[in-house]
Amino acid sequence: MVVIKDLHKSFENQVVLNGISMHVENAQNMVVFGRSGTGKSVLLKCLIRLMEPDAGEVTIDGKDVLSLNLKELNILRKDVGFLFQGAALYDSMSVRENLEFPLIRNFEYTQGKIDEKVSEVLEAVSLEGEIDKMPSELSGGMRKRIGLARSIITKPKLMLYDEPTTGLDPITAKEISSLILDLQNAYKMTSIVVTHDLLCAKIIADRAIVLKKGHIHSEGTIEELLSDKDPFLVDFFSDEVINKNGRD
Amino acid sequence: MASRLYKFLDVTEKRLQSFFELLAGLTLFSFRFVKEVFVPPYEVEEIRKHMIELGMKTLPIVGVTGFIIGLVITMQLQPVLQRFGAEAFLPGSVGISIVRELGPVITALIFAGRVSSGIGAELGSMRVTEQIDAMEVSGVNPFKFLVVTRVFATTFILPILTVYVIFIALIGAYIAVVLVQNMTWEYYTGRVIFSVEFGDAIPGVAKTFVFGYIVGIVGAYLGYNAKNGTEGVGKASTTSVVVSSLLILVFDMILVKLTLWLWPIAK
Repeated sequence: MVVIKDLHKSFENQVVLNGISMHVENAQNMVVFGRSGTGKSVLLKCLIRLMEPDAGEVTIDGKDVLSLNLKELNILRKDVGFLFQGAALYDSMSVRENLEFPLIRNFEYTQGKIDEKVSEVLEAVSLEGEIDKMPSELSGGMRKRIGLARSIITKPKLMLYDEPTTGLDPITAKEISSLILDLQNAYKMTSIVVTHDLLCAKIIADRAIVLKKGHIHSEGTIEELLSDKDPFLVDFFSDEVINKNGRD
Repeated sequence: MASRLYKFLDVTEKRLQSFFELLAGLTLFSFRFVKEVFVPPYEVEEIRKHMIELGMKTLPIVGVTGFIIGLVITMQLQPVLQRFGAEAFLPGSVGISIVRELGPVITALIFAGRVSSGIGAELGSMRVTEQIDAMEVSGVNPFKFLVVTRVFATTFILPILTVYVIFIALIGAYIAVVLVQNMTWEYYTGRVIFSVEFGDAIPGVAKTFVFGYIVGIVGAYLGYNAKNGTEGVGKASTTSVVVSSLLILVFDMILVKLTLWLWPIAK
């Protein structure tokens, strides 16, 4: 379970997170909505201390993340997967090397076991044939899939997704969203998904929050948020629907 | 007039501030390198890979440059020595200039242009595309894996390249000597070996360890801390060359003084 209490983060004079408190139950998919610049990605990065929050508490499975030393933090991070906005594949490594990297660095598996795990995740994202390609030879959707495969290869308990469908065409975006849901069902992970994509959220979300000016404006299921008469939510989701329809 | 002065002072203040920030950042980055270089895992395979890659990438350009430098310095010195009736000293003086100064500094400057910018661009690109963050999430220390390995590789490959350049430059110098004087290879090498002492060769090559470290740490620092997208990557790349070249020349000045004090030239 992930618990966040009164999280604050500022950059110079700009307050990005202003007292965020939320919790995500085990095996739950939480979607984080919000306009650009409201601190959604910063929230994800603060959770695993890719950025240091100014104040607050973050607990993952009972461990106080902000008080861990680097060694303890790295042990915790083995149980966390992160799909970055641009997939963040290592340019100088092939798909195989990208997937092997977290296994070689963190576990003492035999080469046979590593090969088995690589094949398993490639099959899960339906890209078995791309194993020896370089990231530059892959399309945007393929990169996202490989990024996803690399994130789940260590079987994390918590998955963090930063805009998983951004920059993809609607069909590929839907495929990625469905893939996230399938993997979630298969691996029983807790997920926090930052997105603008309402369709993606509809497919995968159990619950959602909407950020506004550094704090949580609303929380509930997608249906509850969509039926809410709050002017900000009406405006936000109508824009999302218009954008989605425009793209479709 | 007053507003112009204020503007000038404002710009000067900002430039001085960013200069001192760079120096402070580089110093702290160096301390972190020293702290982490002794901590396992040692990433020997990565260091070996970078040494081969950086060495092979720079070998042709430094070889050609060394050959031309040897040729040109000989062609320049020959008429000067002839004027004083000291042509017999040509191999010795060319040898000493190449071994003590030209070989190490020219190799380091070319290495800086080729490698420091490359490291700055590569790490900068990894930073802005979140590859460094991805590495950190994987439980890997990116500083150790990306920075320590590259700086270690540049520190130890540059002296090897310098020795290679010195030999190529001496061959270039011999060809120039043969063009203007009737001199055998045996006589030429004999005069060079006779003139170049231990106290010339060791400090000349030893200072390239420092130059190699500068090339690596500057490129890595600017790349690792790059921001503002592709613009930041470009800036990291170009600034790496400028700063590392400048630091090489500054440290050369200091090291020359130091080596002259430690190994004075025999009178």
